Amino acid sequence: MEKIRCECGHENPIGTKLCGVCGRALTEEEQQNKLADMRYDGIAIRSKTHNKSIIDKVWNFFSSVKVGITLIILNLLAASIGTILPQEFYIDASTEAAKKIYYEDIYGSFGSLYYNLGLSDIYSSWWFQILVLMLGVSIIIASIDRGVPLHKNLKNQRVKRHFNFMKRQRIFAEGQTTAQQDNTLGQVEEKLKKMRYNVRREGNALMAEKNRFARYGPYINHVGLIVFLIAVMLRLIPGFHVDESIWVAEGEMRAVPGMEGFFIYNDDFLLETHDNQAQGEQLKQGVNVVAKNFQTDAILYKQAEGSLPGQTDNLEEVLKEQIRVNHPMKYDGYAFYQMDYSLNELYKMKFALTNKETGASLGDVVIDLTNPEKTYDLGDGVRVDILSYVPDFSGFKNGQPQTATPAPNNPAFIFRMTTPETPEGETSFVAIKQTLEPLGETKYKMAFQNIETRDKTGLTIRKDSTIPFLFVGGFIFMLGVVIGSYWAHRRIWVEELEDGTIRLAAHTNKNWFGIKKELDVLTEAAHLPAYIDQVDLEKEKEKEGDTAL
Amino acid sequence: MDKKKKRSLTRGIILAVLAIAIGYTVYSSVTKEKVEVLRKGDDAPDFEVTDLNGEVHRLSDYKGQGVFLNFWGTWCEPCKREFPAIERQYKNFEAQGVQVLALNIAQSELEVKNYVESMSMTFPVAIDKTKSVMTAYNVNPLPTTILITPEGKVEKIITGEMSESQIVANLESIKPE
Repeated sequence: MEKIRCECGHENPIGTKLCGVCGRALTEEEQQNKLADMRYDGIAIRSKTHNKSIIDKVWNFFSSVKVGITLIILNLLAASIGTILPQEFYIDASTEAAKKIYYEDIYGSFGSLYYNLGLSDIYSSWWFQILVLMLGVSIIIASIDRGVPLHKNLKNQRVKRHFNFMKRQRIFAEGQTTAQQDNTLGQVEEKLKKMRYNVRREGNALMAEKNRFARYGPYINHVGLIVFLIAVMLRLIPGFHVDESIWVAEGEMRAVPGMEGFFIYNDDFLLETHDNQAQGEQLKQGVNVVAKNFQTDAILYKQAEGSLPGQTDNLEEVLKEQIRVNHPMKYDGYAFYQMDYSLNELYKMKFALTNKETGASLGDVVIDLTNPEKTYDLGDGVRVDILSYVPDFSGFKNGQPQTATPAPNNPAFIFRMTTPETPEGETSFVAIKQTLEPLGETKYKMAFQNIETRDKTGLTIRKDSTIPFLFVGGFIFMLGVVIGSYWAHRRIWVEELEDGTIRLAAHTNKNWFGIKKELDVLTEAAHLPAYIDQVDLEKEKEKEGDTAL
Repeated sequence: MDKKKKRSLTRGIILAVLAIAIGYTVYSSVTKEKVEVLRKGDDAPDFEVTDLNGEVHRLSDYKGQGVFLNFWGTWCEPCKREFPAIERQYKNFEAQGVQVLALNIAQSELEVKNYVESMSMTFPVAIDKTKSVMTAYNVNPLPTTILITPEGKVEKIITGEMSESQIVANLESIKPE
């Protein structure tokens, strides 16, 4: 590999601006600059040292800051496009066809275009993910590309720097001490140590440094981002992330989706309201009742070891808890949240077997709509058989009542009523507000008495094992931000020439005001020659030029 | 090895690791939904149900036979349309080592029994009372039919109605050799 050989004898990789050992300017451009380019301390950035093989080209592509910024902008654009219309996840349509219609109907041709371009499910599209991951790659490679050589350079700093390097620092001083004294460097060292600098001496040269770790802030920050990204990726691995929902009616037992072998039983759902007199804002907004509590009394069951789906006879209770809003039931990393409810679903219907003429009742029949009996025997030769039951009556087809859904929204029955008076049995079709007697007029009827209802609870089952990783990532990220923002890497080089001249240069990566304050103290204590800030000088010159015009 | 080669190697390795990570992430997220539901070639989750006649059916007991597993509900019109065809083919294929099993989704026994009677269905019908088999197979729309090979692997998942010729072809595809 080609090297640039510095006058001091050190071999630097191509692309180096300032010699790694003595700090001489190595490029012509750099030599002409009045001030040294101290970004990355003048090292050769890895991506600038090679640009030959495919690997190097890919590497250089991702390490480019321009590419990184472009990727950030593209990510932002894509992510914001996804917020124009609601994503598929949030709409009430399950099949592809229904989704297509949904976007067309509600948002017109724009919605249709949005759907057809795949923007309605943008965050799970392959290209969006590639975009995000490319940004991740850019962060990783750019960090390695700059961080590793910077670290090496900071680790191998020489105490004595070349005049050329020192002269071209922003803060520079050269001259005699302002008082007659011996051991100027000793005084400088002592003072700097008091200011908590790490001081190294080599002959007549001295180098003081503090808060070097501040330079690592951005890299720590990037590590945090990467951990965060990895945590998000972990969600894709089965078992790391569960987000399911389930409806359970009171008295119902349901297998828990995403949680194999577990069942949940809804013992009771409760909606409590404040029973206060409406007043103030409540009255103004026309709100009569304010909810106080949504609660499901749930019991979690687990199948015995080695049981199979479908078996229901060997369940063990593992947890009994009241699930309230913001008080989920937690078990083994899973959390059950109270998310939704539906009140007063039909549950039981009560009929009285009644003589139409006399109005006399032969007894009551209570029918559990979720599990009706075939026969209700009222004794003394009186019985009622259910020939047919549909929970959500939608009409007849081939003489059979049909159901639209499995939910008991509109229950309908075909009863056969047998009494000592009618030993053959009479048939009657009974639905809400509708009675038919298909086989001739009957003496008896099933007179509707009342209904019992039950509530349904909507629960969400969540498990997210990636949250600790997200926290760690976020913490590292913040740590990097704090380190990079609140500390500054300060370095001071001092050299005492043989004729007693003191030469001083200083550099910090930020907060020049701070380092100047420290230098003021140092200058006074050790009687050093006054320093100049070459950037301020430039500015002043420009200003003078301005006024001259 | 000189420095340059070493550096290329390091870079190559880093890039390769990153490429693999991207590839895996994108692949698994694009195929995510299909992974959650079963896929062809997966082991069919074992289950045990009791049919309306009190007979116990355990999937693993049917090793060596194909299983035509149909999820349905009485409200589902397409289910109703395909049952007569399934009924016609059922006896014929049972003799050839293909079992038909219809799983109702958590309806009451009375409804299911009446329905089975009125449709004159003779193949085994069981009720998945807690929806646990449905959950294990991640069945969503009805009807869904899952074809299971004699080796207990998922051969095909059909969501929606099948014509009689499709039913025959599907039953044919899981016949033991």
